[in-house]
Amino acid sequence: MDFAGAYSPENLKFLLDGLYITLIVAFAAIVLSFILGCVIGVIRYTKVPVLSPIMFVFVELIRNLPLLLLIFFIRFALPEVGIKMGLITAAIAALTIFEAAMIAEIVRGGLASVDKGQIEAARSSGLSSFQTLWHIVLPQGLRRMVPPLVSQFISLLKDTSLAVVISLPELMHNAQIVIGHGYTYTIPTLILVAVIYFTVNFMLSIVSRRLESKSI
Amino acid sequence: MDFSILTGNFDIYMEGFYNTILSSVIALVGSFLLGALIAVFRISSVRGLRWFGAGFVEFVRNIPLLLVVFVFYYGSSALGLSIEGFAAGTIGLAVYTSAFIAEAIRAGIMAVPKGQMEAARSSGLNYIQTMVHIILPQAIKLVIPPLGNQFINLIKNSSVLTLVAGMDLMYFADIISTDTYRTFDTYIFVAIFYLVLTVPLSYGIRVWERRLQRKY
Repeated sequence: MDFAGAYSPENLKFLLDGLYITLIVAFAAIVLSFILGCVIGVIRYTKVPVLSPIMFVFVELIRNLPLLLLIFFIRFALPEVGIKMGLITAAIAALTIFEAAMIAEIVRGGLASVDKGQIEAARSSGLSSFQTLWHIVLPQGLRRMVPPLVSQFISLLKDTSLAVVISLPELMHNAQIVIGHGYTYTIPTLILVAVIYFTVNFMLSIVSRRLESKSI
Repeated sequence: MDFSILTGNFDIYMEGFYNTILSSVIALVGSFLLGALIAVFRISSVRGLRWFGAGFVEFVRNIPLLLVVFVFYYGSSALGLSIEGFAAGTIGLAVYTSAFIAEAIRAGIMAVPKGQMEAARSSGLNYIQTMVHIILPQAIKLVIPPLGNQFINLIKNSSVLTLVAGMDLMYFADIISTDTYRTFDTYIFVAIFYLVLTVPLSYGIRVWERRLQRKY
């Protein structure tokens, strides 16, 4: 084990460059999948004819496939049918689609957990069904969604590592390259990468605990 | 879609499909045993065991699966033991999943009313008898749905074996697509193979969950 060699300034900088890509991709996918997941979740909740069944099939299909397959497919199979994307775009697109399907189920579950009496009361006070959804159901549902949403975001951050399959230069990919320099670097590098992932995710879960205690 | 890719490479697909199932089943059994042990640690009255259990769960849940697999794959070869990709991947899957299963089992045990334990103990059963005859049979019903979900995750997650040359479905698909130059069609069939496993499982879990809800 060669800690000094593995943690040389060049290697550390290389790993931090990887972390930067990991964080950028994760952040973009968190924002986009949250928006898309909320839209799909609300469509599933409101039971729109035609649209809701289509969303049901989409969510079921994506949730039952490996993310690794999705990343690989978007990057290497879609160009065969004329859909070409850059490396980072492909990674963000795959993560967004996959996590949006997960988030849609969280949103639908959160909305469905709001007491039916609340909806009846709002409707009989003269609110339209959209006003009821926007002012009554969503604010209560969202609060309950915070814990599962945050654990989904932590999953997303961990899942960015699967983009090694398309050689996205994120943290895990760069770690693999450092490990390739010599077997004495393997264990120090794995330890450092574990500490980095753990720290970032642990901070996320602390933020989530703060949010929970504030909102309830 | 070109079905000759499926028929012409059926044996290769089936070898990968078989290894995907084999790895998921071995990892399920392994992660259940390890997860049950960690769950017992987490509710034990010995403080050291409780801390170890909690530390294990927190740490493993906050690092990517791929990193755990790399620890067994690259880490073992750095220490001079060489573990094949399939074995390293399956061990990694089992260790990673055990942290989630431990939490599911713990939650299931905690959900059994305290009165059950008190009643059994005052009727003269000892702690182990109470656990085996009274608490666990009730807890297992609640643990089955999350366990089923973890099995689906295992099937999907076993695709990371391809990143350590683990001979799974994704690994052989790569060989087929390099051979046929038809990435799109090759991976559509891969997706169907995964769905054949995961869709009936998710449906079964949903039926079981509904039956549980009716009972309580």
